[in-house]
Amino acid sequence: MITTDVLIIGAGPIGLFAVFELGLLDIKAHLVDILPKRGGQCAELYPEKPIYDIPGFPIVTGQGLIDNLETQIAPFHPQYHLSEMVTSLVSKGTPTAPRFEITTDAGTQFDAKVVIIAAGGGSFQPKKPPIAGIEAFEGRSVHYAVRKMDSMRGKNIMIVGGGDSALDWTLNLQPIAKRITLVHRRDVFRAAPHSVNTMRSWVAEGAMDLIIGQVTALHGAEGVLGSAVVRSDDGTEQTVACDALMPFFGLTMKLGPIAEWGLNLHENLVPADTGTFETNVPGIFAIGDINTYPGKLKLILSGFHEGALAAQKVHRYVYPDKKLAFQYTTSSTSLQRKLGVA
Amino acid sequence: MVDITFTDAKGTSRTVKADVGATVMETAIRNSVPGIDAECGGACSCATCHVYVDEAWLAAVGPAEQMEEDMLDFAFEVRPNSRLSCQIKVTEALDGLKVTTPSKQG
Repeated sequence: MITTDVLIIGAGPIGLFAVFELGLLDIKAHLVDILPKRGGQCAELYPEKPIYDIPGFPIVTGQGLIDNLETQIAPFHPQYHLSEMVTSLVSKGTPTAPRFEITTDAGTQFDAKVVIIAAGGGSFQPKKPPIAGIEAFEGRSVHYAVRKMDSMRGKNIMIVGGGDSALDWTLNLQPIAKRITLVHRRDVFRAAPHSVNTMRSWVAEGAMDLIIGQVTALHGAEGVLGSAVVRSDDGTEQTVACDALMPFFGLTMKLGPIAEWGLNLHENLVPADTGTFETNVPGIFAIGDINTYPGKLKLILSGFHEGALAAQKVHRYVYPDKKLAFQYTTSSTSLQRKLGVA
Repeated sequence: MVDITFTDAKGTSRTVKADVGATVMETAIRNSVPGIDAECGGACSCATCHVYVDEAWLAAVGPAEQMEEDMLDFAFEVRPNSRLSCQIKVTEALDGLKVTTPSKQG
């Protein structure tokens, strides 16, 4: 069990900057993010795209902003738990002295006085193809990730997609699979050229199959897949025997387990008080794109402001006996010491 | 201003006014046209503004560029007339454009 003042859910720009505002008030934070890297949408969706509305930066890329935020918050030594999703949150405190026990899907447990939800558009999760009846096979025959390679040994595996995930799994699983069939909608692959070349040589040798087309139907019984129907651009269909299907269609954002924590929700957003950015549950705050209030704008600059105000109320929970004096980083020696510049 | 007609997967059509210079995706979002999610806000990074361009308009709209084709790999039920609506800029020549939205964006 990790004990912390604050657990921040989401390591996007807003979660990162909250570390700074909390840090100035001597509040320590751990951050959990489902992505394997920091930066949220900025790093995952548009790392190279210029952003023009960050105050003081006429132009900065998504990744550039995240790199700068990491430098800015480094003095406060935030602890990251990446590739993990918070699955459960249990309240253990009282409205005036909140405490939460939080558990992730990797089994990491936190004991936190305060939880700040900075989850943006929700957690990034694999896109599920709209194939009728696919849900019935999920978990047993349809996999969006593989935790144990050996569970795929001796199977007829169909992998769908044309990027690095699809090609990496094709190359990794081919030696242990009974047969690998790679299905992609066009004969152009985005994956690393070396992977694509290896795949093509294996296809030429007859060591695996490649079909240009899209999966339209799945057949099987009681969650166990037997075959998949693949349709080509010219309309012809073929049925391919397979007992495992692995679709790789990128990531989408879903609210996820947050919906189950007793928070008021409004169209998948969490209403927050505009003075403190606290939710209806004392001790749980919501900042950035995930929250809503009259006049809300989904701007990074608004999320920074929200984090600063939230930190003031968080201070009351973390240091109930201390009075908070407002200070500026330009003039306060105490703040400058925390930042390592005085 | 030009007219763009969006038809959803169930066949319901909505015709809205579009600003020349805006994208087809922006036009949909501003007019609350359902069936376009646009999760990434127009960065050609998510494939959730996928549309099918009416055959009669394919030549006027033109083909997808390489980056858009790559991103279309993440869309579902991709057809030869599939485009990402954030990458279609509205011009005078597109007055009357018809697009259909797919049954699912992502």
